[in-house]
Amino acid sequence: MTAASLETRLKASPAGGGAAARARMLRSLLPALSLALVLLAIAWLNPRAISYFGFTLMLNLAIPIALATIAQMFVIAGNELDLSIGTFVGFVGCVTATWLKDAPLVGIAVLLGSIGVYALLGALIHLRNLPSIVVTLGMSFVWQGLAILILPKPGGKAPDWLLSLMAFKPPLIPFPIIAALVIATVVHIGLMRTSYGVILRGSGGNAAALRRAGWSLLRTKIVLFALTGLFGVLSGMALIGITTSADANIGNGYTLLSIAGVILGGGEFVGGRVSPIGAVIGALTLALAASPLLTFMHIPPDWQVAANGAILIIVLAARVLISRKER
Amino acid sequence: MASLRTMLAKPWIWSFIGAFVVWLATIAFTGGYGAGGMITAALSLAVFTVIVGVGQMFVITLGPGNVDLSLPANIGLASAVAMKVMDGNDAMIAVGLIAALGCGAAIGAANYLLIWALRIPPIIATLSASFIIQSIDISYGRGLQIKPPPGFADFTNWQILGIPVLALLTVVFTVGAATALQRMIYGRSVLAIGQNIRAAWLAGVNVGRVRFLTYTLCGALGGIDGALLAGYFRGANVDIGNEYLLASIAVVVIGGTSVAGGKANVPGVWGAGLFLVLLLTMLNTFGVSAGVRLVLTGLIIVGVITAAGGEKAVR
Repeated sequence: MTAASLETRLKASPAGGGAAARARMLRSLLPALSLALVLLAIAWLNPRAISYFGFTLMLNLAIPIALATIAQMFVIAGNELDLSIGTFVGFVGCVTATWLKDAPLVGIAVLLGSIGVYALLGALIHLRNLPSIVVTLGMSFVWQGLAILILPKPGGKAPDWLLSLMAFKPPLIPFPIIAALVIATVVHIGLMRTSYGVILRGSGGNAAALRRAGWSLLRTKIVLFALTGLFGVLSGMALIGITTSADANIGNGYTLLSIAGVILGGGEFVGGRVSPIGAVIGALTLALAASPLLTFMHIPPDWQVAANGAILIIVLAARVLISRKER
Repeated sequence: MASLRTMLAKPWIWSFIGAFVVWLATIAFTGGYGAGGMITAALSLAVFTVIVGVGQMFVITLGPGNVDLSLPANIGLASAVAMKVMDGNDAMIAVGLIAALGCGAAIGAANYLLIWALRIPPIIATLSASFIIQSIDISYGRGLQIKPPPGFADFTNWQILGIPVLALLTVVFTVGAATALQRMIYGRSVLAIGQNIRAAWLAGVNVGRVRFLTYTLCGALGGIDGALLAGYFRGANVDIGNEYLLASIAVVVIGGTSVAGGKANVPGVWGAGLFLVLLLTMLNTFGVSAGVRLVLTGLIIVGVITAAGGEKAVR
């Protein structure tokens, strides 16, 4: 038994008192609070950024990040980790900017095939009981290699329908905010409110119990990985819709960003404890804090990555403080 | 015959067989040309993977979830620190090496501090640390164009009868690491924690101290690796350590160490390190493009781990 599972057990034991309930409440609100804090800081530093146009600009890149974070969340729900999601997003981007525009049927077939590869990986990892970290690290080379083969030099062009979709300007509420709401709601209903969603999360929470109840763990693993592939594809397409052209290395940073987003959003590594709404909020926080906030604070872009790390540490530290009260 | 069977039962023998097969395939392709030179080159490049691989092996042996993702950032920063301290001056080589070692050890200690203070999985702790280290390195090492001192650059390329001196020293180091793992209290404690952290704690192992030492050791090895890489490749670079994230984990797994922890294997790290370097040499010799090379490298790693199979993780 690992120290972490011991800890979850301790937490699960009935802790009496209203203070504990308040602490639990605070803990679930933590992702939203961190986002609010970052937004407040931006509003204070540059009030003009808090506008329709400002949000559209600041949050544009948050859409692909949020989709990649959701992708990562599915594997984490099954106690696995995908270290290849970044290069996969890059691969999808290269396919989108070339085949999906020039030969849409080939493009669609390749993208569906890549989701199939993800499903196969899930099956392989389950059947041979392989460490997902190593398998996906290996796959990250495969996706990157394929991306370079498809698009040796940066270029290509996004399909027109995708460009107009990502440039959509709805009245009153900026598009990225609507997109984030839609993504969060759809995944929340699917994973948290349906019976098979419970089974999927249960495969990470207590696999042995599920197996005894007659559920196929092979199937849950395949479904979780296929969903990761699906959202990876959506992320890559959204990214190319914004950047208009592709580059084989375009998604490399997404691997670490997506893991950070899931954890920021209240997800945990073991036990199938994840939160789709939290994950989307986590992705928005990272997207806002990484560049607009730093720019307004006149901090050089060198420290962009460090800001992500610092936010992660601060939020995790806050979580520890709250958890202590929960006892 | 019996001895052959016991040899084949050792998990590390397969990585050496793999390296040998790849080497044979390459010299068959070149018609025997460059067979010796290839081994020399493979030895000098494998050294860098082996050093961080041993550190990563100790960390992974601590049990499920233990992995150091900050190694690439660590190597990058240490390479810059070493080059700045040495400043191209032969007299400062030792000081520079110690500075790199200290920088790496400090990063390792900081990693464990995060794991301990925030009670978070090591993957997240080392991940967030690596974000910060990366930024420090970008800011500190910007436009750093200091060449390594000539004496240090020569040292990393020294050869005796075609065998790089650095490789010989690394062999000595790995023998020491194997002894520490199997014969010393520290190593036995690492294995015990990996097998069952609670049992180890009940048996009186100072779990916290052993884990702290292991992360610090892994960080220190990353630091020294950064300095050596900067010497070998004639200068520091932010991206110098990038490939060592996959490489360090891959050599541990291919080398027969259990990813579930509690079972480590030092000779396998050498075999797997040589295998990876020779594999790259083979693909280069065959003249495949960069894209095909990446795809094949990835597929072979997935194939090897699939063939080796995982063990049932005890949770």
